[in-house]
Amino acid sequence: MKTNIREWKSGIKNGIPIAMGYFAVSFTFGILAKQAGLNPFEAVFMSMTNLTSAGQFAGLTLIASAAAIVEVALTQLIINSRYFLMSFALSQRIDPNTSIFHRLIMAFGITDEVFGVSVSVSGKLSPYYAYGVMSVAVPGWTLGTLFGIISGNILPPRLTSALSIALFGMLLAVIIPPAKGNKILTGVIVSSMVLSLVFAELPLLQSISSGVKIIILTILIAGIAAVVFPVKEDTYE
Amino acid sequence: MNNAIFYILVMAFVTYLIRVLPLTLVRKEIKNVYIRSFLHYVPYVTLAVMVFPAILEATASPWSALVGFIIAILFAYRGASLVSVALISCFSVFIVELFLY
Repeated sequence: MKTNIREWKSGIKNGIPIAMGYFAVSFTFGILAKQAGLNPFEAVFMSMTNLTSAGQFAGLTLIASAAAIVEVALTQLIINSRYFLMSFALSQRIDPNTSIFHRLIMAFGITDEVFGVSVSVSGKLSPYYAYGVMSVAVPGWTLGTLFGIISGNILPPRLTSALSIALFGMLLAVIIPPAKGNKILTGVIVSSMVLSLVFAELPLLQSISSGVKIIILTILIAGIAAVVFPVKEDTYE
Repeated sequence: MNNAIFYILVMAFVTYLIRVLPLTLVRKEIKNVYIRSFLHYVPYVTLAVMVFPAILEATASPWSALVGFIIAILFAYRGASLVSVALISCFSVFIVELFLY
């Protein structure tokens, strides 16, 4: 019981920068949701139930254009398919005996950032740690949406601009420390970034959506790394 | 039911399905060394792909973002905590933008 509370608290601590970053991003989402014709209840409801940035931004466009429901479902499937790999990776990071109940709740909170801080914990991942992160990240995302849609542009642009980098900084803090002194991980990270840049700049590849790009590069790079540099023992530190 | 709400529920359903299937269906520890290794590398690739070059468009100017990016790497490399790296990168963006505008 004590350990659970401690895990929960340490989750909250690492969830705070996520909540800040989410607030800034979902604030913008709220403003756009208003332009797309959603009312505050609908916008907040979307943020609470979807908890995903790219998917929701795409959803707004589709709702505004009254797209076919199949198109809406397919778009979400493509944009959010990276969560499938993240969920798969997390399945190996939790205790195999973790109950289905915990799995069902943890799954809801799998976002890029919550996943990032969850895989970076040492040892087995406790569901309570994930709940700690979620218990600040979800309100951050939802409240940002609410403030964005009811208030419009009241946050000073300097502040939203500065806060917008918080999530990226945090993700870097997740992937860089384990790569220190580890040539393979450094190589994996650098080639991921370089290829990601190539995908973003090369005219032929530019039309590929970011969701598809993440999946393609992950399967490619992590796949090659696994064959060339198989990890004998799990070395999460 | 209102049309927008219906759209939102479909989106939420699809997204949750993607998130919940592996975590609930894969309940054993995978022994295969290649799958294990693949999953070991997954976070580094997905997160690195997501960060760069998208980070350069996150702030009001690519220059402030570039400074934030470099500072975040330096501090993360030196072992600063998640929270400090996030805050320091925000702060450096803020400072750079004070000079830019």
